[in-house]
Amino acid sequence: MIFLWGANARENHPIFFHHVLKGVHHGTRLYVVDPRRTSSAQWADVWLGLNVGSDIALANAMAREIIHADLANTAFIEHSTTDFEAYRDLVEPYTLELAQRITGVPAEVIREAAHAYARADRAIICWTLGITEHHNATDNVLALINLALVTGHVGRYGSGLNPLRGQNNVQGGGDMGAIPNKFVGFQDVLDPEARSRFERAWNVTLQPNYGWTVTEMLQAMDRGELTSLYCIGENPAQSEADQHHAEKLLRDLDHLVVQDIFLTKTAELAHVVLPATASWCEAEGTVTNSERRVQRVRKALEPPGDARDELWIISEIARRLGHDWGSPNAEEVWNEVRALAPDMFAGMTYRRLEELDGIQWPCPDEHDPGAQFLHARLWADPVGLPKAAFSLTEYDPPVEMPDDEYPFTLTTGRRLDSYNTGVQTAGYTSPLRRGETLDIAPEDANRLDVRDGDLVRITSRRGSIVAPARIDTSLRAGLVFMTFHFQDQVRVNLLTIDATDPRSGTAEFKACAVRVEPVRAPDDVPARALHRYSDPVLGD
Amino acid sequence: MTHLVEIARPKRTVELTIDGQTVRVPEGTTILDACKTLGTNIPTLCYLETLHPVNVCRVCVVEVQNARVLVPACSRTVEPDMVVSTDSERVRHSRKMVLEFLASSVDLSTTPDVDGWLASYDCKPERYGPPAPDEAAGERDALPTGHHAPPNAEYAATVGQPVKVDNDLYVRDYGKCILCYKCVEGCGTDYQNTFAIAVAGRGFDARISTEFAVELPKSACVYCGNCIAVCPTGALMFKSEFDRREAGTWDESKQTQVSTICPYCGVGCTLELHVQDNEIVRVTSPLDHDITRGNLCIKGRFGWRFVQNRGPRPMGGGNGQAGGSAPRGGEAGGAGGNGAGDGHG
Repeated sequence: MIFLWGANARENHPIFFHHVLKGVHHGTRLYVVDPRRTSSAQWADVWLGLNVGSDIALANAMAREIIHADLANTAFIEHSTTDFEAYRDLVEPYTLELAQRITGVPAEVIREAAHAYARADRAIICWTLGITEHHNATDNVLALINLALVTGHVGRYGSGLNPLRGQNNVQGGGDMGAIPNKFVGFQDVLDPEARSRFERAWNVTLQPNYGWTVTEMLQAMDRGELTSLYCIGENPAQSEADQHHAEKLLRDLDHLVVQDIFLTKTAELAHVVLPATASWCEAEGTVTNSERRVQRVRKALEPPGDARDELWIISEIARRLGHDWGSPNAEEVWNEVRALAPDMFAGMTYRRLEELDGIQWPCPDEHDPGAQFLHARLWADPVGLPKAAFSLTEYDPPVEMPDDEYPFTLTTGRRLDSYNTGVQTAGYTSPLRRGETLDIAPEDANRLDVRDGDLVRITSRRGSIVAPARIDTSLRAGLVFMTFHFQDQVRVNLLTIDATDPRSGTAEFKACAVRVEPVRAPDDVPARALHRYSDPVLGD
Repeated sequence: MTHLVEIARPKRTVELTIDGQTVRVPEGTTILDACKTLGTNIPTLCYLETLHPVNVCRVCVVEVQNARVLVPACSRTVEPDMVVSTDSERVRHSRKMVLEFLASSVDLSTTPDVDGWLASYDCKPERYGPPAPDEAAGERDALPTGHHAPPNAEYAATVGQPVKVDNDLYVRDYGKCILCYKCVEGCGTDYQNTFAIAVAGRGFDARISTEFAVELPKSACVYCGNCIAVCPTGALMFKSEFDRREAGTWDESKQTQVSTICPYCGVGCTLELHVQDNEIVRVTSPLDHDITRGNLCIKGRFGWRFVQNRGPRPMGGGNGQAGGSAPRGGEAGGAGGNGAGDGHG
């Protein structure tokens, strides 16, 4: 059994979805939890079309039903977990009826999903940004983990929890310590032993405190505490929520360095731009995919113009700051990673990565084939420590709920042929691409007297933009959808809210309240938008 | 630390004889795979290890003792004490017929290995007469089911027709199509499950078609290119390859292949970049890669152009002839380099 929860893998992880479909054709039951009836949901046995941001209410009600129906895996709970009693008390008020009121999913459907999940031989829950782009992102994830713990669907082949990573090396970035609180291999910056290991290797003193997440950096810029920024391969001027504000913060910096393969909107604001290589085809190295598989990327092309290998750029900056790192190649850097995080990577030589077509961490020695799945220790006798703790996750609605003034919930996401702010995917001509639209339910469109292709003005408390409407039967009344792929034409992130999850730093891109009004007078529209949407395709 | 899980039981082995040699293979093995263990080569067209066998091309047939008909080696599994001949007179005659019919009616100029087979089976496709002239665009697509015009004995009937170029990503040259069904399978339940194409028509009128033969941009196609990846004849081809072939600048001897990982989502698909003159000209994925099984999505297959849209690039490897093909990326990249951000509807 597969739960896709807040994930539209059919469009955003298409090759992973091939594997899901293989399962579906062989009898795997697919449950999709998503406010939209996405192209993934169209393959599902059951679609749970919940209200945006009501995931915890749904998960808690499922857990309560599982417990009340005597379907909890009590042996696993006793053997491998802690804090179950507190969790049981927490979910007790989440009756099916209450959950139906909060989520909009019929009680009977919630009940059936809970029973199916608890009774399945093997079940996985996969999620993506539908769970994590919320102000309570971490709680959303923990609520799903709770479900796996109640049923014991974790740490066994074919059962588990799987966050589908949205970018080819977002896992690797974390693995390599490109996060504010960890060194390579998730070794904590506050752990004196870890710190001294890295201090010895690098012959420097390391600060015993955490850095800032991107959102915290923006807040620090706002306070005037962060005045210089070195930004590598990211486009915050377009990718951050509440764009007017983000752009102003970047503009006000004393010094902004951007290292990128394009002159992005962020780079246009920079004092110094360092032209870089495309890491996946113009340089050597590794990336780590969604299944923790470390994989080699290789140089296939000579980079254009003055673009330089990023390893060279960083080493040269270090040298000019007075630290001679020599000129290490990618394999030498990787070998340092292996030495400093041996529990995770020691067994992954470049030769083995090549031979085995990538290896899933942890891989502590050169005879280890890597780990197909994690957390098997929870089933060991005696149980591997620490035990898994239940988390006390309460439903907390999105920061902005629709009201009389802003009656719609706007949720954002991706489409199959485009990617993020479109900097890469705009480089090829996709026959599927139709530009930005405001996707709206037929009944709402009727009420507003808006037809397919009509321009509408979308307004939130932070900004206002114009886009053509697209009537979309996958949406329910009250919900509208946009991507953020065409920021140069339609700046969707002017609307989004920068309410962020305090633990992960992720902004609530999935929910903000907006108003939608038909645009009748053409002079209400920027000429650019009109020109752009005179595309005949939209008239179909 | 090792958590490898066995998900299939070990198999019993089966002993059989192939061309007089005894061989022992696991039960469930196909005759084709059993032959491979002996180093015996059998031609195949519609077979691919990643797809369900459809047994339509009949070029892999072998003779099994006491069997009434020849059997397709690609799908028939071995049985104890089977006696197989892969090169008997009957087998050779059958393969010769199949290959002659195909070569007389289909353009096999971009089918790998076929010239060698035609020679080794002494095929003479020209004996069916000169190839009939190509039909006009759309003519074959409009053929009604069940009514066949009497053949013109002057010519060898062909499926010749103009190339369908209706988008910037790939072209369909059905004059090269042998109806192996691989594209239909890849687009259908074997992998992509998009069902944009199927076989329309019957008999010699049969052809691969979108619904109502609409152009690709109006069809259900999602441009994953998984049909191109399995096409054995070059009927389905990257536009980037097609254009170079048209311009006479396609040169496989100057191409290198480098395997790397897709720059988009976190699934980690291996991309095999085919590079000529420092430009990516085609992208595939290895059939034996257990993430992709040779499949990609539109972004992995076609979404690489951005790296080439960044202004002039050095020409790659060796003899970049002076005045030769300018790197195509130069035109789109444009001044300032932010061309990536705008355009395209």
